Order: sequence, then C-alpha cells, then structure tokens
Amino acid sequence: MSNSEMNVTQPRKKTLFYCIAVIILTTVAVFTTWYLKFKGIITKEEIENVFNPLQYIPRIPVGENVENFIDWLLENIRFITRAVSDFLKDIMDGFADFLLEFPPCSEVVLPFFVIILISLLAWYFSDKNVALFTFIGLALINNMELWEPAIETLTMILISVLISVCIGLPVGILTARSNTIHRVVWPILDFMQTMPAFVYLIPAVFFFGLGVVSAMVATIVFSMPPVIRLTGLGIRQVSHEVVEAATSFGSTHWQKLIKVQLPLAKPTIMAGINQCIMLALSMVVIAAMIGGGGLGSEVLRGITRLDIDLGFEGGLAVVIVAIILDRITQSTSQQKAGEE
Amino acid sequence: MARIEVQNLYKLFGSNPKKAFELLEQGYSKDEVFKQTGQAVGVNNASFVVEKGEIFVVMGLSGSGKSTLIRCLNRLIEPTRGKVTIGDEDITEMGEKELRNFRRHKQAMVFQRFALFPHRTVLENAAFGLEIQHLDKEERNKRGKDALELVGLGGWENRYPDQLSGGMQQRVGLARCLAVDPEILFMDEAFSALDPLIRREMQDELLELQNKVGKTIVFITHDLDEALKLGDRVAIMKDGIIVQIDTPENILTQPANDYVAKFVEDVDMSKVLTAEGVMINAKVVAYLKDGPRVALRKMSEEGISGIFVVDRDHRLKGYLSAEEAKQAAEKGETDLSNIYNSDVPTVLPDTTLNELFEVAANTNIPVAVVDEGNRLKGLIVRGSLLASLVKEVNPVEQ
Repeated sequence: MSNSEMNVTQPRKKTLFYCIAVIILTTVAVFTTWYLKFKGIITKEEIENVFNPLQYIPRIPVGENVENFIDWLLENIRFITRAVSDFLKDIMDGFADFLLEFPPCSEVVLPFFVIILISLLAWYFSDKNVALFTFIGLALINNMELWEPAIETLTMILISVLISVCIGLPVGILTARSNTIHRVVWPILDFMQTMPAFVYLIPAVFFFGLGVVSAMVATIVFSMPPVIRLTGLGIRQVSHEVVEAATSFGSTHWQKLIKVQLPLAKPTIMAGINQCIMLALSMVVIAAMIGGGGLGSEVLRGITRLDIDLGFEGGLAVVIVAIILDRITQSTSQQKAGEE
Repeated sequence: MARIEVQNLYKLFGSNPKKAFELLEQGYSKDEVFKQTGQAVGVNNASFVVEKGEIFVVMGLSGSGKSTLIRCLNRLIEPTRGKVTIGDEDITEMGEKELRNFRRHKQAMVFQRFALFPHRTVLENAAFGLEIQHLDKEERNKRGKDALELVGLGGWENRYPDQLSGGMQQRVGLARCLAVDPEILFMDEAFSALDPLIRREMQDELLELQNKVGKTIVFITHDLDEALKLGDRVAIMKDGIIVQIDTPENILTQPANDYVAKFVEDVDMSKVLTAEGVMINAKVVAYLKDGPRVALRKMSEEGISGIFVVDRDHRLKGYLSAEEAKQAAEKGETDLSNIYNSDVPTVLPDTTLNELFEVAANTNIPVAVVDEGNRLKGLIVRGSLLASLVKEVNPVEQ
C-alpha cells in the first residue's frame, strides 16, 4: 500500500518544486526590470516587448474555420439533412394532427378527450393527485386558448426525447462498456452541455432552415447528454460482483446487459430520461426564436411586444406542461426503484 | 481420475510482466517484485490436483491470492502463465465460445457477498444459469424449484433476495449453482459474510449436501477452523504461493514451515483430531474360543487390566476385565461367551475428540473404535486422549 502512495506523491512534490522555482524567478525578473526602469536604463516599451511573448502568436481564425467547415458540410451533405428534415417534419405533423384533428371526432370536443386521456395516463403512471393536477392544468391551458401551441410543444418534446433516448441509450451503454469510448464521449458531452443554448440554433438553422425541424434538432442535441451520462453511470454502478456472477454462469455480453445490467441501472436511466425531458422543454422555448412554434413562440411574442398578459400566460402554460411531464416520469423511475 | 489439474499457474497484475517473471524466478518475494517493477503478484507458481468428489480448501489471509487463484480456474481472471486442465479439457486454451459452454455446464460459483440478482425473485435467481442456457421456462422452473428444495428453501420461490436473511440468501446462491448440476463447485469465501452460528450450520449442511450430490468442490476461506472442518485436503497460501497442501490432520501435526505452524498454533485440536488419529492399536484381543485362562495370560503379558473380546471376523463382542476372568477361571468356565461384558462404549473412526471426551468421561474402561461393520479398529485410553492435545507429541505414536 505504502508503495503505491509514494508513487503518487512523488511527482506531485516535483511539480510543486517547479512551481515555486518559476514563481521565485518571475519575482526576481519583475523586480530587476522595475529597478532598471526606475534607473532609466530601459524604456517601458522595451519591457512590454520582452514580457509579452503571446503577441508573437498570430490570431487563429477559430470562428472562420468552423464557418468554412459548415459551408463545406452544407454543400456535401444536403441530401442527408433534407432527408432528416422531411422525416422529422412528417412524424411531427402526423402526431400533432392526430392530437389536434382526429378525424372521427369534432375539433371542438377533442381537447376534452385528450385532457381526459393524459390525466388517465398520469393516474396510471403516478397517482390520483398528479392526475387531478394534470386535468386542472390542461383545462386551464385550454381555457387560456393556448391549447394548440401546447400540443405542438408537447409533440415536439415527445419526439425529440424519443430520438434522444434512441441515440443516447446505446451510446451510454457503449461508454459503460469501453473506457476509450468513455474518454472520447464525455468531453463531447461537456461541450454539448456547456455551450450556450443559443449557439446551437445557428448551425441548426444552417442545416435545416428556419422552422420546427431545426428547433427539434437543437432540442435533441441539447437534451441528449443526460441520457448518455446517466445510462453509462447507471451501468457502471451495477455491483461488480453481480456482473461477475452472471459471467460465471456463462452469460454472453448481450445476456449480461439485458438480464442484469439494464434492469439494475433502470432507476438511474429513468432519472436521465427525466432530465432529458426537462432540458428538452427548456430548449423548445428558446427554439421558438428560429421558428419552433408552440408555446415558445407565444412567450417570444409576449417579450417582443412587451405584452405582459400574453407572456405570462405562455410562461404559465410551459410551467404546467413541465410539471406534468416531470411528475409522470419521476414517479415511474421511483416506482421501479422502490420495487427493487 | 484427476478432475482439476493446475500446473505452474501465475497471475501478475500490471502491463509488463516480463521483468517481474525474471525476478520471481530468481526467488524475489511479492513485495520486492512490486517495489522494483510495479507488478502485483496475485498467484505465484501454483500447482495442485483436485480429485473428483473431493472438497479442496484453499486457505489464506486477505491478499494471499486465494480469490485470484479460484478465478483463474474458470478464467474470470485470465491467468498470466500456466495451465489449468479440468477433466480432459485445457481451460487456458479455450476460445470464448468454448469457455462460455464450459462455464454454463461444467462449473458454478458461489460468491462471498452472495451476488444475487436483486431484481429477480428467488426462483428466477435459482434458475438463472438455466435461463442463460436457453432452457424453456417450465423446465428451468422445475429444476430451480428442486434446487431450492435441496437447500431447504421450498416455499420461498416468489420472494425477493432482500426479503431473506443472510444465511438464506447464500442458500439461494448455492441453489443457483446446484440447479445447473455442475461437476465442479467453486465457493469463494461462501460463508465468510455470515454470522458464526449460521456459518457453522451452513458448513454442516454443505457436508451433508456433499454426501448427497458428490461434487468436486474448491472452497476458499480465510478461516482455518472452516478449512480444517470442510477440507478433505487443505492448501495454505501466503503471498501468492501455496506453502502446504495436505490433509487437515497433517497440517496440524506436521506443519511445513513456521508460517503454517504459527497459523495452526491456536486451533482447537479437539474439534479437528478424530478418533482414528488418536487411537492406539488393539494389539491384544481375546477370541471367543479362548478360555478365561488364555485371556488372563494375554493380559498379564501386556500388563493390562482388561481385554476386548472379538469373534473370528474381528467383530467386537465385549470387554473382559482381569477380575472377571479370574473369577470365571476359578469357577472352571472354559468359554468366554458367558462371561464378557457386552455393554462397551464404542465410537466410529471419524468421531472428533470433542465428542470423544464425553464418552471417555463416562466409563472407566478404554473406548473401542469400531467401523460401520462393528469391527474393532483400535482403542482409546484416557492417557492417549490427553497426550494428543499436546501438539509437540505426535499423537499417532502410542
């Protein structure tokens, strides 16, 4: 034990030594030059030239390079973005139409049935109180005449989250399986999460144009990291001994994953999906700036017109949708955790 | 037939074992090798054979490499060098698929902290190995139930592991292994996490179970008492090296070096030594056809005050004291059959000293050691019983 500790502490001591040496040397240099300047031996400009080596590095055109790269991408992968765009738009429209204009039902009474349906779902996944809140909340949204944008927002979130999970889950599993993939993917996730949300909007617009699709793409990119992270984390947290037991009975990697790792990581993965939904909701509102539509555009209109009335109603509707989605997904993950 | 054969097995942890091997071959110790190369030695040149149907115990303190050793046998840990043969299959040469088949059908492992699947019921846990083998549900539930029955957990099928006590959880672990009906059981500190009373109970049950199923068992433990109780043979490990492989009794009476000697120093001998180990030969016995006079002469020649009477097949009939023989001789009896005392204390050869004390205390004649066929194997006098507890004196010699 003591051996391994020594191996760790020795290089640290060395680094400390170098740091102190550099600090002392710098101090000496600063005082010497100050003294020389005080005596009038060298001028201020000369000092600045000597002590600013950074000036010799030319400006690296980070922004321009990215722009060039994106231009190049635009020219070469247009057919892919077009296909993705059409695909997303189709399912989005299909789903929203279904909820807004279900043919056998009159458009006027449909909201009522949809509210009942969602409330029942809330009851099934969670409990009576959440169901009651869902009913009242959705009724209020309908009452504020925000039903249509609310449904658009809900649809966008559900589809974005579905796609995020479909991509994030396998990637999360891969990061848990291989340390190399883990080391590559995690910095990318950090990048995706810390990059200000507005910045996503620019490339999204470039690739998919203004509108719902680019809003969804931005949402997917923004909301995927927690799914990947928590899936990877959940699988890594499964007790090593239990996995070893599964191996000792001759399980294949796939059997281990399906029968042991995923079921045991489920509470953590569900927490990731819950986070994903929350992030998607926040992004969907921001994405209204590139024509995402839905509740976000109501809020945006409220802001640009300084219309407190419209802005508050839109914001309240977003909060209601957020609480409903959060309670439903959270309770499913807690339920499963409690059972096990 | 040798079931498990291990030849010159090494396990080094670290990326560059070459230098470490050189040092090991020059006889450097585990600590020195680590200091010089940064390679941790798990197992250092282990060779042994486990016979079919035997309980082979590997005993060592934590860090001695025993858990690494057992995992090298089913390649949960890849051995760095050496050969493991089980039956006629070379485990170390197996490809991924062969290895999986071997793990599925030939062996099963019990873990220290049970390693049950918390999201599965007891029955689903027990049937896990069969599920991995793609057996259909009916068949695997049936065999899972049978295995649970065998370990005394019938009726608990639909509970979850965390609803069970530690002892019961480990029974599930055992049932999970027995369900696949493997030839070999690997038990890695299987009872170490249980409290002492339950542990003893489980040890007894394992021995009982072993009588029924007759598996080849490799059992890892850090508890010497457990090793001596369960093991047909015991291997003692220190710093990755096996220092001694022997029967429990030989480990106690003939420790290979100071390390083992120090280990066994404060073992309760009375729990380990058996009647067979401390009995002395019944050099003189009287036969039924002998008259009392012959018996008397045999006694006086040996200087003993009584003699065991046996029939022609050496079956124990009874005990005759010098006093009684003398009286009978004076009365003119010519046959022993009417005069010997048939109420004689007897024990089986595998009775432990612990139990022997009680028998010996309640009688003032020697205790007879007989086998299942009631044939006289030897006898125990109180003096030899006490002498056996003093370890410096080899108890086998008179």
